[in-house]
Amino acid sequence: MRFGVVRFPGSNCDQDAFYALRDVLRVDVDYVWHAETRLRGYDCIVLPGGFSYGDYLRTGAVARFSPVMGAVQEHAARGRYVIGICNGFQVLCEAHLLPGALIRNTGLKFRCRQVRLRVETTETPWTCLASTGALLQVPIAHGEGCYVADDETVAMLEASSRIVFRYTDSSGLASAESNPNGSAANIAGICNEQRNVLGMMPHPERASEALLGSSDGRVIFESVIRTIRGN
Amino acid sequence: MPEVKVYVTLKPTLLDAQGRVVQNALHGLGYDRVKQVRMGKYIVLDVDGDPERVGRDVKEMCDRLLANPVIEDYRFEVSE
Repeated sequence: MRFGVVRFPGSNCDQDAFYALRDVLRVDVDYVWHAETRLRGYDCIVLPGGFSYGDYLRTGAVARFSPVMGAVQEHAARGRYVIGICNGFQVLCEAHLLPGALIRNTGLKFRCRQVRLRVETTETPWTCLASTGALLQVPIAHGEGCYVADDETVAMLEASSRIVFRYTDSSGLASAESNPNGSAANIAGICNEQRNVLGMMPHPERASEALLGSSDGRVIFESVIRTIRGN
Repeated sequence: MPEVKVYVTLKPTLLDAQGRVVQNALHGLGYDRVKQVRMGKYIVLDVDGDPERVGRDVKEMCDRLLANPVIEDYRFEVSE
């Protein structure tokens, strides 16, 4: 099993993801430079957080046309796994691997704090070891994390159980107060129709061991590792 | 060489948080008659080619990169 962590110019959570995978979860992992055109031998690709290409034009808009993204499209089309975290989620939306888009937080503030995520479905390779309704404490750190999509798309995501995580308060209630960025339907993470591509604004790699304040993010990586081992 | 001016704005259905802040600031200055502020991007391109061809190309550029049709509207002007 091998993971690849993509490095775009401006990625800054690549080392965190690499550390979580190699040192905490003990799997093989390589950095993958954005100029790569092939992704052979990787089971799961991580698009990390950061400010790829300085977030110029729109978040993820330029990274989406990096050479490596063609290979990521093929990798996803073959049913292999892709997780986009924060800026990676923005890139996946721009690349049309996930529907919708991420815009400026409604409060305009860069929000950097711990949030509670409710696991909305365990029918994904990313949450199969969690339980539905479980609350995970995971940090967010973004200025443009407000998930938007038209009403039909949000309804479709809901009906097909593709909303994977929602922002909630500590009692598990998805309220306006617990929504840190104005996201539609408190959406924190979604998956594609085939469920092998996950995008989420919170940072599970920054919640991978108790020393970091929470190890609740581990279950996401453990779930996909279990899925890959089972295939 | 044709000059192209591209204007990109958030779709009216989306909350333009920046525009709202600027609107509030204008109200604070006493300009109560401002009913809405929409912020956007203004992009100027010099593009080689005849205007008709340039117009076709710029539309494609907007759809592919300069604007995101999920969240943004755009319009552009081509001048000699």
